[in-house]
Amino acid sequence: MSQITLLVDASKCTACRGCQIACKQWWDLSATKTTQTGTYENPRDLESNTWSRITFHEYESGGKFQWLFLQSSCLHCTNAACVDVCPTGALKQNATGFVSFERDLCNGCAYCAEACPFGIPRMETINALTGEAKASKCNMCQDRVTNGMTPACVKTCPPGALQFGERTAMITKAKERVETLKARGYPEARVYGENELGGLRRMYVLTAPASAYGLPDSPQYPVLASAWQNVIQPFGYVATALAVVGLALNWVATRRSRLNHVESLAAPAPEAPAEKEEV
Amino acid sequence: MTNHWVDLKNSDAILIMGGNPAENHPVAFKWINQAMEERDAKLIVVDPRFNRSAAKADLYAPLRSGTDITFLGGMINYALQNKLFNEAYVKAFTNALTLINPDYKGPADLDGVFSGFNKDTKAYDAASWQYQTEKLTVKVKQKDASGNEVEVEKEVSVPKQAASIDEPNTVFSLLKQHYARYTPEMVERVCGTPKDQFLQVAQMFCASGAPDKSGTILYAMGQTQHTVGTQNVRAMAILQLLLGNVGVPGGGVNALRGESNVQGSTDMALLFQDLPGYLGLPTNKQTDFKTYAAKFDTTSFWSNGPRFATSLLKAWWGSAATKENDYAFNYLPKSSGNYSWIPLFEALYKGTIKGMFVMGQNPYVSGPNARFERKGFENLDWMVVMELFDTETTSFWRAPGVDPKSVKTEVFLLPAADAMEKAGSITTSGRLIQWRNKVGAPPGEAKEDIWILDRLIKTIKAAYKDSSAAKDRPILDLVWDYGDTVDAGLVAREINGYALDAVKDAAGNVLVAKGAVIPGFATIAGAANFDAIACGCWIYSGYYAPADDGTGVVMPAAKRRGQKDPGGMGTFPFWGWAWPANRHIVYNRASARPDGTPWDEKKKLIWWDPNADSGAKDAQGNPILGKWVGYDVPDFAPTKKPDAKANPAGVGLAAQSGTDPFLMKADGKGWLFAPKGLNEGPLPEHYEPLESPIANPFSKTQVNPVVKVFSTDAGKDVGDSVGTPDKFPIVCTTFRLTEHFQAGAMTRYLPWLSETQPGMFVEISQELATEKGIKNGDAIEVASARGKIKAVAMVTARWKPYTVDGKKVHHVGMPWHYSWVGVATGDSANDLTPHVGDGNSMIPEYKAFLVDVKKA
Repeated sequence: MSQITLLVDASKCTACRGCQIACKQWWDLSATKTTQTGTYENPRDLESNTWSRITFHEYESGGKFQWLFLQSSCLHCTNAACVDVCPTGALKQNATGFVSFERDLCNGCAYCAEACPFGIPRMETINALTGEAKASKCNMCQDRVTNGMTPACVKTCPPGALQFGERTAMITKAKERVETLKARGYPEARVYGENELGGLRRMYVLTAPASAYGLPDSPQYPVLASAWQNVIQPFGYVATALAVVGLALNWVATRRSRLNHVESLAAPAPEAPAEKEEV
Repeated sequence: MTNHWVDLKNSDAILIMGGNPAENHPVAFKWINQAMEERDAKLIVVDPRFNRSAAKADLYAPLRSGTDITFLGGMINYALQNKLFNEAYVKAFTNALTLINPDYKGPADLDGVFSGFNKDTKAYDAASWQYQTEKLTVKVKQKDASGNEVEVEKEVSVPKQAASIDEPNTVFSLLKQHYARYTPEMVERVCGTPKDQFLQVAQMFCASGAPDKSGTILYAMGQTQHTVGTQNVRAMAILQLLLGNVGVPGGGVNALRGESNVQGSTDMALLFQDLPGYLGLPTNKQTDFKTYAAKFDTTSFWSNGPRFATSLLKAWWGSAATKENDYAFNYLPKSSGNYSWIPLFEALYKGTIKGMFVMGQNPYVSGPNARFERKGFENLDWMVVMELFDTETTSFWRAPGVDPKSVKTEVFLLPAADAMEKAGSITTSGRLIQWRNKVGAPPGEAKEDIWILDRLIKTIKAAYKDSSAAKDRPILDLVWDYGDTVDAGLVAREINGYALDAVKDAAGNVLVAKGAVIPGFATIAGAANFDAIACGCWIYSGYYAPADDGTGVVMPAAKRRGQKDPGGMGTFPFWGWAWPANRHIVYNRASARPDGTPWDEKKKLIWWDPNADSGAKDAQGNPILGKWVGYDVPDFAPTKKPDAKANPAGVGLAAQSGTDPFLMKADGKGWLFAPKGLNEGPLPEHYEPLESPIANPFSKTQVNPVVKVFSTDAGKDVGDSVGTPDKFPIVCTTFRLTEHFQAGAMTRYLPWLSETQPGMFVEISQELATEKGIKNGDAIEVASARGKIKAVAMVTARWKPYTVDGKKVHHVGMPWHYSWVGVATGDSANDLTPHVGDGNSMIPEYKAFLVDVKKA
């Protein structure tokens, strides 16, 4: 496939939350013990075990009241800051445009979470003692999509609010839909994600301003990520090289130490802390 | 549904009232969205609460819960005053022209009641609601004593028709008079719907009265769970008949059933007053088959009712059901009272019922005045529950506040299989029957329902095997031959109907060989020896008969998954099988004009083709031309011409003309005015809910005059108390959420679903919250005359205070899924609901009652 896009037509979403559950089912993500706090929205935020959720917003404009629903999840930016800052290649831009994620490669540095202009990635603590962690986010059902299927959320969506396909076709569809909606009494209807951050691969048709849905009106590529990409990361490669040298020295040192102290075998493997300290 | 789910795509105007498909029937929106996108259909939602369906609507109008008749009456009036009704349809296909007894008087004359009301019995004598009749002398052929055919004169009585719909005493003019009182101002005053919003709805929906347009009404429990529930639906039917929206693609009065197979369970008579196929349970006044058979109309398709009843008796009692013993009619239980939900639980409370079998239900949570009904459980000697999980019902004896030592009831939990763990058929709201295969074995000791019932019946039969008492014959003679390990396919065969002996026509030709399944109920209606057929549910006849799936592959009809859709109308005639006779839109004769041509090319469903070969031949052997053709099975005699005259002396469909689409009615017409069938009158009239914040502005008749108000232990902590607005000034309604199913047994255990809706809440307006000092997320207490519950306040702009009869009335709503077992728990809304039912169906009034709220 060429370039892909998942189109979320919020005007057709009925907030049944089938997508929210289908995501958990396909990826076998655990449930969170939630409580009712005066909203339909639960879990209250994205979590390491909640990669997608429906948000609910009450909005009034021009005498018309709207109850807005949005599938809130990774937007899969074309200019993806998370990919740029990821030191291990766990986050990558797939050839078709979405941002894939390989959990095994993630070192838990959390730079992606800091760089994301939408605040999407969540960190999961694997081991509280060692500080080992993993990032998590929607990966556009990379296993399904790269095998010719649609993402689980799209597959399950009963009202047809979620569509998946070739990007230019989705853009055409979205624009046509906006024109229809404008004629049907939604003057603020708009496409969100055609050009933002080079184009969002989760693109929206909205019937109200982005901010009414809790989306940034004009999302920006983070300055820090640029700095990372241009300055720190090249330095990082040097640092990694230094780390390798350091590890070799460390190995020698450890071996010596082992000879002296048998109990030190129980010490944690040196690689992780060494790398963490140096980047 | 008169129509079906896919057909929603053919609609130009979709009115959702008393339903909430976005939340409770999510797949419906696939078709609603398609109609909106492809044909610019308008979506209108009228509901007390701005719900998820309203969020998708072009137009939302609020109405106070329990005032639907006023709103719909207002729309009927609007359509009549502005001449937006389909006049050709109304004149030809409805009883608009029929003259009513001049003694008839309506609620405008009699302060809220119709003529014939008896205050003492709270019942009507319907004599003054009847059609005027005229006597006709017709010539009929009959055989004389020596067997020769002779023509004799016969006097018959037929409904009297006026020349013009506006003549006095026509149905049309009575309808017009009755609803003239339902002005936009009255709608605003009673419903609390601002007049301009009501008018927008009326205008937008009534535009579907144009012949080339169609509009559909979707409803569910928001319409039925009222003391006037049946009349609410009647009001919808009247509006749709006026607009010419019944029997047409994209039209109809469509009940969205609340469970995947609740339509099937109704068809199979899981209601106290019925037999399978809506034949009706005999009453104790119908002491023999003849008196029972006399209740069926003779001038409609119901003239075959006695035959269908016979085939049912043959299915149940086989060779023990003979012509000589009235086909074992005396084996059937006869009703002598009302055995609906509320009286049943009144009896439980009083201790007159000793044992209870609960199958796939959680009455602890779902019953009205639940605190009262639960007390009834404690009076039982035994309770058997067939369930997937431990529920509040199975565990009522260990509920919070109950001392297990004080409960004598012995409770058995029979673990049951889930829908996916058994084979069988599912009937959708659109009457589409789809066979489903078992996809996995149930876990542990869980068994299929059919396995449990098979064992139960076999054990009961064995227990009675030595009895010689006449009263035990129904058990001993019961045909129970579904195999050693019960086979659902054999049950399906019996429901479909099969030949106990060779079935023959009058000429002696074999129609169905002994042992074979019958092709449809026409065989029962036409066979000379119809008592050679066993058929468990006549309307399902054909659903398990061999049929082509459109590709030449033949299989039981309900198992088909053929993809063809002739005409692109969404009929999909080769997918499963829709009762009756695979008709997808019932009364579809009305989809064509009186002359048999389509109302519009784009709305073609069936039409009269004068050149099509009818299959019959005339005396000279030439083919007789002309028949109904199209994309659906005609719900009409297939070769009856549009201009065919009724034979006033005829029996069954012969008594009906080519413009009588409503062939289950004695006059073949759609009833704008119902001379019989409803307890509280021929036309829907507004009455307030049992608990209301105001006096009825229409009349001094406050509540539906025929409802029974229970008052057991009224005023006590647990009892049938009725609240008044001085103590409970706020109107409350209950609803369902997408995330939970019914009483919660199937969803409140599921962590993923519990995560999305973890506990009980009450939706309240910002204005009420301010008045009561409540903030979003606060714990609050909601109280009615029956009890108190705790919940979380959801303060929302989706609710607004109503102005009703000049006073400000707050309105709140809450889901009813919760109780104390499972992952997602909370207090039960039904602790608050009243013990009163609809005037006809006895469905409880869950949807409108009075409460008060305060910060907990």
